[in-house]
Amino acid sequence: MSDDPRHAPRARHGRAPDVFRPGGWVSMKEYADHETVDFVIVGTGAGGATLACKLAEYGFSVVALDAGPYFRPLEDFASDESEQTKLYWTDDRIVDGDNPLQLGSNNSGKAVGGSTVHFAMVSLRFRPEWFKARTKLGYGADWPIDWREMWAYYTEVEQALKISGPVNYPWGPPRPRYPYRAHPLNAAARALARGCEALGIGWTETPLATLSAPRGLAHPCVYRGFCVTGCSTNAKQSALVTWIPRALSAGAEIRDLAMVGRIETDANGLAAGVHYHRQSKWHFQKARNVVVAGYAIETPRLLLNSANDKFPDGLANSSGLVGKNLMAQANQAVWGEMDEEVRSYKGPPSLAITEHWNYEDEGKDFFGGYAYMSQGPLPQLWANTQATAHGLWGARLVEEMKRYNHVVGLKIVGEMLPQEHNRVTLADELDQYGLRIPRVTYSWCDNDKRLIDHSIAFMSRALGAIGTKNIWVQEDDTCHLNGTARMGDRPDSSVVNADCRSWDIPNLWICDGSVFPTVGGANPSLTIQAIACRTADRIRTLSRLGEIRLN
Amino acid sequence: MLDWKAERGAGEPYPGYDVLAKWRSPSWNDKTREVVAARLKAADEPRFFTREEFETLIAVADRILPQPAPRPPIPVAALLDQKLQDGVMDGYRAASLPRDGEAWRRGLRALDAEARARHDHGFAKIVESDRDDLLRCCEAGELKSPAWDGMPSQTFFKHRLLRDLVLAYYCHPISWSEIGWGGPASPRGYVRLDFNDRDPWEAAEAKPGHEADALRVNRNVR
Repeated sequence: MSDDPRHAPRARHGRAPDVFRPGGWVSMKEYADHETVDFVIVGTGAGGATLACKLAEYGFSVVALDAGPYFRPLEDFASDESEQTKLYWTDDRIVDGDNPLQLGSNNSGKAVGGSTVHFAMVSLRFRPEWFKARTKLGYGADWPIDWREMWAYYTEVEQALKISGPVNYPWGPPRPRYPYRAHPLNAAARALARGCEALGIGWTETPLATLSAPRGLAHPCVYRGFCVTGCSTNAKQSALVTWIPRALSAGAEIRDLAMVGRIETDANGLAAGVHYHRQSKWHFQKARNVVVAGYAIETPRLLLNSANDKFPDGLANSSGLVGKNLMAQANQAVWGEMDEEVRSYKGPPSLAITEHWNYEDEGKDFFGGYAYMSQGPLPQLWANTQATAHGLWGARLVEEMKRYNHVVGLKIVGEMLPQEHNRVTLADELDQYGLRIPRVTYSWCDNDKRLIDHSIAFMSRALGAIGTKNIWVQEDDTCHLNGTARMGDRPDSSVVNADCRSWDIPNLWICDGSVFPTVGGANPSLTIQAIACRTADRIRTLSRLGEIRLN
Repeated sequence: MLDWKAERGAGEPYPGYDVLAKWRSPSWNDKTREVVAARLKAADEPRFFTREEFETLIAVADRILPQPAPRPPIPVAALLDQKLQDGVMDGYRAASLPRDGEAWRRGLRALDAEARARHDHGFAKIVESDRDDLLRCCEAGELKSPAWDGMPSQTFFKHRLLRDLVLAYYCHPISWSEIGWGGPASPRGYVRLDFNDRDPWEAAEAKPGHEADALRVNRNVR
């Protein structure tokens, strides 16, 4: 059948994989390394792919590089948890601190499309007040962007991804109708709804980036339940099947299996291009502007690894904040067993949600908020949870696993506060490219712990109220990484401005979750894409004003 | 050839259910068949571990995931050996742990050394209850033999030993049938999503007094 996209690049010789047809190709514009392009973008996930698409559509020349392979989901994706770990970033990394993070699965991706290829598709808007968390809610930091501007960009992304969602969203200011109808609830989602109703709080169908009706060559979701290991039917509206095909048709080039190791700066202290590793050789792509979109670990790692005589502490780092204020999101769960068969492996894992504790400020002894969602772990994930979080092994584990089809669970996405000592630094060890590997240091603060305790107590009541037995708590889990290159109003307290532009190097941009000053209690992908759309519009405006380097 | 299936039933929640019966159904795409077929051919002989390390590993895996007769055992140790030989790793690791393969080699040697110090025999040669005691000490971080070379036994147990063995066991179709999971599902997914709802291509659960019904239904799951 096809070549192995993990061993040799697919996007070259003027063509890129057609993700909608097994073995298919689409034409692709190509640039030579010595041609200076308007924008070279490092990373093709939620931030990089969206920006590449929008900038190409605005007429800029764009090359977007990704360290990972270029998959065709229809032929390359198995229904298999082990095989699909090929979507994760599993290069060498060291974790430490009081609460070392687990990396690899739910917080990284190494593929064209980034982690959107295996994300859970939960597409939430932030609560408006979070954009002024310091001023309005008294914690964290303010964003330099107004929520009303974001509201319009959220709409753009929801339309671009044909988000399926409820007719009326119960929380926050009015928003337009979701483009596609909500998905039906599975039993796990109905359990969440029953619990919310028992405790008198709201719930709704989760807005999801997976199709509930046909779209072009993509079929609606078939509820196979392998969402977080990669969708093999293209129902999932990942960057790989949405922004990237659009970017290609608009003339962008995608370079797969291209690992960027260093950004070079010129005599004027401006970014000159990127050194990248592809097909066993180092290359240099010249560019008028460099955009870093590698997510909250690889972005600061690249900026720090690019240190040179002029910028000895790394690029864009005069504030000293590159790598600092890393924020995970809390991902604690409460699990139990119902008499009924639940079989939560069917359908997207999080079909129902409550954002009650994101929008309700009374009755909290902590800053920030959390959402919680229904769950549908596949067997390996569930067994690993039972073993490492519940402490089961031996006959107890094997017997407990036989109750799999009766398991029900609720899991939070919870806000954690920015702290400078939660950070990404460089270790001395080298990876397969000869680059220093990242060290990721993470410790929960007291506020994080209070939020977690509140959520566990509440979700335990919710499960108890619907007759769940053998309830237990999964205490140590996190998801989504943000921060490490925060945006702000001042060069001494942020890395980039509201346009995702470096304060120090005006032709260096950062466009991914790294720029978040706070994370809220909502999955970040919709916000990352909305910010990328805004950045593209700002770049177009600034270029018309002659304020961007384009020659 | 599949006699053990006929005997299976008593006490099992999904008697007669075999996820592999769906091999040629619309639930399995070509890529899934390809990767599961390779897994079912896991070699008996270790390629990553030495013979001695491999015997210790088998003895450890047997206690972490004890396997019931009469069904054929899942080759947990061989599956892990294959994964490490193929260089498939988690990538991230605690600062106190070496990379995945080295952590395993050192951990197995250390468990063997601990067994020799306590019982005069290697880990593979001591009785099951002694193996369990040693694993519990490992889990609690109480093993301090110089063979650990600075690697905390507790961290190794939770983040390498337990995790990797559990993932190996539950990557095998026999375990999928055992827990009544639907298994691979592409392009055919599911239609019936509500409580107590099952599609005809899903496992039927044995209800008390009606085990024979589940057995009959499960033999026809395709």
